[in-house]
Amino acid sequence: MKSSKRSCHFFLVSALLMVSMLCHGGEGKLIATSGLTQVEGSGGGGIVPWATLSGYDSRDQWSVTAFSSQVDVDDFRLQVWGAGVSLYDRVEISVARQTFDLTTFGGEIKQNVVGLKARLYGDAVYSSWPQVSVGMQYKSLLDKDIAEALGAEESAQDTDFYLAFTKVHLGLACGYNLVWNLNFRHTRANQLGLLGWGGNKNDDRELMIEGSLGVLLNRHVAVGMEYRQKPDNLNAALEEDWRDYFISYIPNKDVNVTLAWAELGNITEGIAGTGDQSGLYLSLTGYLW
Amino acid sequence: MMIKQYALGLGIVLVSACAHFQNPETSLYDQIGGKAAITQITDNFIRQIEFDREIFPYFAESNVDRFREKFEEHLCVQVNGPCEYTGDDMLAVHKGMNITEADFNRTVDLLINAMTDANVPHRLQNRILAKLAPMRSEMIYK
Repeated sequence: MKSSKRSCHFFLVSALLMVSMLCHGGEGKLIATSGLTQVEGSGGGGIVPWATLSGYDSRDQWSVTAFSSQVDVDDFRLQVWGAGVSLYDRVEISVARQTFDLTTFGGEIKQNVVGLKARLYGDAVYSSWPQVSVGMQYKSLLDKDIAEALGAEESAQDTDFYLAFTKVHLGLACGYNLVWNLNFRHTRANQLGLLGWGGNKNDDRELMIEGSLGVLLNRHVAVGMEYRQKPDNLNAALEEDWRDYFISYIPNKDVNVTLAWAELGNITEGIAGTGDQSGLYLSLTGYLW
Repeated sequence: MMIKQYALGLGIVLVSACAHFQNPETSLYDQIGGKAAITQITDNFIRQIEFDREIFPYFAESNVDRFREKFEEHLCVQVNGPCEYTGDDMLAVHKGMNITEADFNRTVDLLINAMTDANVPHRLQNRILAKLAPMRSEMIYK
């Protein structure tokens, strides 16, 4: 079962790569300025949405992207598949399916995410002020049992809203291009929503701060770090802030790949007594059209 | 706040690294190699445009010799070189061309190729692009 799932995954990733190489979508942005795709399917870094839109479309073009990400930490594995459409560098629509495997304890949790983002102002590279986008991520949980067992107030669906600011500074870091992103998220999600929403500790939406900082070592390689503040709503499961350190390879406008070290803190200490969860993050985005 | 510490830490590392490598006395013009580099970049850029099917039509009616002279002067001034720009302002030059955002970025790619072929190091390329980037608003969709 496990190995067939793995080979299926490998097949899909290969297919994604092939199609990306063969098709050429909107390519009106400078290389690397489309960013990557984050774990909830929005154009971003790895764990944080950015104000940039998912594809390479300029204001006269549109684009389609597909992505796959996987985070393997000590007791869990998160696999994500998804796709996005970016219209005229103005609106981004995305879908993602997350599968959260409890590799040590057994069981899995599936969640769907539909994202919508609109660019309000600017161009991350050219405008003097940062690019600003507003977005939402509607999440629906397919496996509610664990969320309910942990005492989540809501175990069916909920929506995150966010406001993101992104700026690329040409040559600022000793001549290297520097990119930063700051995101404000209004949420009550427990571990992205995989453990439901709200809980006995807190049931209100709160404003969470998320940030990314990266340096482009050349036109094709970026390194950086990200931070995502998390709510902590459940008495039964401590939730801690996330961070990661990444390196991205962007060989062309057809594909990019990111490897990161992710530190996700405690995830289900309450139920399973596990410690800090950290491990490798691997993500691939293909630019299809 | 964790992120503040990260940002501050990275900032300190970068600033001290910059101070080590960069001599503020030397102008960008001298760092890239002066007049010879400007000439080389311009020649390469013209060749890049001539061979680009998307961008060449914008220049089909242009006088290449005039473009070469004015572009050299302009680039030289932008990198703080000892030159004077005698051409028209960017708005007047690009008026009526209706350059799209995509074609603008494609031309930036051609300029990057031109600089790479002229052996301008990556970090100096970025500094040059930073000088030129603010002019985009006077160049696209005019």
